[in-house]
Amino acid sequence: MMEAFLKTGKLGQSSGASAAGSKKTSQSQGGGKRGPAPWVEKYRPRTVEDVAYQDEVVSVLKKSLSGADLPNLLFYGPPGTGKTSTILAAARDLFGDMYRERILELNASDERGISVIRDKVKRFAQLSASGRRPDGRPCPPFKVIILDEADSMTKDAQSALRRTMEKEGRSTKFCLICNYVSRIIEPLTSRCAKFRFKPLANTILQGRLEMIAAKEGIKVSEAGMGALLTTSEGDLRMAITTLQSCARLKSGGDGPEAITETDVSELSGVVSKEWLDRIMSTLQNNSYFDMENLLQEFMCEGYSISQLIHQIHVQVVQDDHLSDGQKSQICEALAVSESRLLDGANEYLQLVDISSTMMSTFAKGA
Amino acid sequence: MSLWVDKHRPKKLSKMDYHAELSDHLTRLVSSGDFPHLLIHGPSGAGKKTRVMALLRELYGHGVDRLRIEHQGFETPSKKKIEILTIASNYHIEVNASDVGIYDRIVIQELIKTMASSQQLNSEGDPRNHPEKQNNPPMGIALKIGLELPVNASDVGIYDRIVIQELIKTMASSQQLNSEGQRDFKVVVLTEVDRLTKDAQHALRRTMEKYMATCRILLVTNSTSKVIPAIRSRCLNIRIPAPSVNEVMRVLQTVAKKEGCNLPSELAQKISEKSQRNLRRAILLTEACKVQQYPFKNDQDVMDLDWEVFLKDTAQQIVQEQSPKRLQEVRGRLYELLTHCIPPDVIFIGLHKELVKNCDGELRTEVTHLASQYEHRLTQGNKSIYHLEAFVAKFMSIYMKFVEETMGDF
Ligand SMILES: Nc1ncnc2c1ncn2[C@@H]1O[C@H](COP(=O)(O)OP(=O)(O)OP(=O)(O)O)[C@@H](O)[C@H]1O
Ligand SMILES: Nc1ncnc2c1ncn2[C@@H]1O[C@H](COP(=O)(O)OP(=O)(O)OP(=O)(O)O)[C@@H](O)[C@H]1O
Ligand SMILES: [Mg+2]
Ligand SMILES: [Mg+2]
Repeated sequence: MMEAFLKTGKLGQSSGASAAGSKKTSQSQGGGKRGPAPWVEKYRPRTVEDVAYQDEVVSVLKKSLSGADLPNLLFYGPPGTGKTSTILAAARDLFGDMYRERILELNASDERGISVIRDKVKRFAQLSASGRRPDGRPCPPFKVIILDEADSMTKDAQSALRRTMEKEGRSTKFCLICNYVSRIIEPLTSRCAKFRFKPLANTILQGRLEMIAAKEGIKVSEAGMGALLTTSEGDLRMAITTLQSCARLKSGGDGPEAITETDVSELSGVVSKEWLDRIMSTLQNNSYFDMENLLQEFMCEGYSISQLIHQIHVQVVQDDHLSDGQKSQICEALAVSESRLLDGANEYLQLVDISSTMMSTFAKGA
Repeated sequence: MSLWVDKHRPKKLSKMDYHAELSDHLTRLVSSGDFPHLLIHGPSGAGKKTRVMALLRELYGHGVDRLRIEHQGFETPSKKKIEILTIASNYHIEVNASDVGIYDRIVIQELIKTMASSQQLNSEGDPRNHPEKQNNPPMGIALKIGLELPVNASDVGIYDRIVIQELIKTMASSQQLNSEGQRDFKVVVLTEVDRLTKDAQHALRRTMEKYMATCRILLVTNSTSKVIPAIRSRCLNIRIPAPSVNEVMRVLQTVAKKEGCNLPSELAQKISEKSQRNLRRAILLTEACKVQQYPFKNDQDVMDLDWEVFLKDTAQQIVQEQSPKRLQEVRGRLYELLTHCIPPDVIFIGLHKELVKNCDGELRTEVTHLASQYEHRLTQGNKSIYHLEAFVAKFMSIYMKFVEETMGDF
């Protein structure tokens, strides 16, 4: 019965859920069998020790590695900060070769309606977990259910989960992972030890990137590194992807040429300084139709408007010629548009709106 | 005879007519073999799809051109059966297949209208053949395919999450069919990602990581703002700007030369400017010009699109009179545009552009503000007409006051 469940629960055709979890393990060790892996996967932390920056959660996990009980966990925070990596690494550290029997990983791509929570999760939770491995060595006497991307579970499914969590708490630990903690119902969050994964600090980012660069035999100029840090905003995954792509960009010639600031800016979609200056100076001139023409041209460049808003914001805040009143008016407009864009509003209309607000703010003077 | 846009679409990265540096970069990325998922973004008609196909050819050779159109069945948790069409080769699968962007569907419709009145549409042949596969599909077939868009992210509707997940899983687990075995992975191309529901996007997060060993995902979109940050974080973002007016002109002249006709540079310029750097539109317009009048003349008229003219007139009517009766007439016209599949945000942009021409500085700011506010609301609701109409009504009321005040000064 247990065998059968594990088959459907883990390797089943319909879910395919944690099959990949184990695939990943073998792959990470094998390495050579498959073709070269993208660096984000290649340098994913393998052990809890290897996780950078998230000290609080790391210390809790380490305690449980040395025998302490593990609370239910809730990891939340922006992309690329190590949430998934941390729990996968911890699971490997905890269970070693028992990994597949003790871990159930479900994510938003799997069906996770109430029925799944009631059946699959409940059944897995009810399996017994002994404190010994087949060979007699000790093993933590619990299982872990990882619910990655829990923020896209329905409220009903979350409530169903709550009961399972209460009943099976002793032998089953839950780890909920999400980007948006506000989408998790309170009864669940209150049953978990919450860990916010902060955007990684620049020094940490730099350390990781330098480590990878050294291993891969590539050079990064100082300004290039600076650009990697600012553009990734604490998202290490983003920074690594950009680094790898820059390296490819440079791989044409012989001998490693250092990655420059321009390489990084271009690859990470930063709006060029020329464009930013052109837009700002046109807005100073107070001619609506010049502005309209320029913005239409700008749209053809294919930049992300959210990115532009971000850069304008930085510039406006630092601009000494603007009064506090002007700054707050502009920032208000930027904030409104940025959230509307997230809702799916049309980029061009939002761009014209903030631009005309800025133009009239400039025109009125300080 | 197939449409020029299909016939003269460059096939190789090394043969792209513009953005040479970008092609170079893509070539290097591919040759390294460990490239990440890609998010390819840029305005309509900038050549995104063309480059994606060229990239696939670079990866797998011409096998990617042996396309099959497949019906794929899916079952939802509630046991409902859904079926969609996908385009696939042995190496990749594409969900969407709309080679024709939203704005250009309209251009093609215009072309058909023009051509239908002068030529007979060929109604025979197998419409499932992809235009690029055949050397010489009759005109009628090419057009037909342009209109019967197989699948796209938005068609998959509320089930997009299930459909896409299943596709990726099947793709990742199926055997690699490439006998030379030069790649370990296959590719899933997802176009119009900005139209995927948030639900589907969220579900892609972990899937993109889990199947990375056997599968790469190429996401194609016009606007990255609608793509959630967690997806953007998982991809290398590649921006494809529209070609410059000069670059468009050059392509037009190359295409014309290949067709054995002589395109005067003045006309080429006029078309390039009119198509606002949208290359597809420019090529389509050039072909339409040829149908209208050949040999070309320097000062030849370049066709205006019906709906654009109609939209401009609608704006004029709003400015001419502000009354409940006029509002009702305008509503009728907006309905008409919507039923002709003109997207509501395009209508907003068109109205706004015309309306502000009749306003002074302060009013312009206000109207711009309203347009962006009402268009945003529209994305939250689901009846576009309400929001369009509300915007028009609001404009009428403030415009009336504005006119009264200015008149009062006399
Ligand atoms: N704290 C960290 N320590 C070491 N590597 C990290 C860390 N955070 C991110 N990375 C790197 O970034 C990649 C992605 O990290 P991970 O999948 O853990 O992010 P996440 O927080 O789960 O993001 P998301 O919310 O988008 O799922 C990892 O493969 C690893 O290379
Ligand atoms: N590099 C190029 N050289 C010459 N012609 C090109 C090039 N790239 C694209 N074209 C032409 O432009 C047309 C539009 O390109 P494509 O379909 O790739 O645009 P797109 O960016 O995918 O647009 P959309 O967002 O509307 O789907 C093609 O049919 C092709 O004829
Ligand atoms: Mg994650
Ligand atoms: Mg396209």
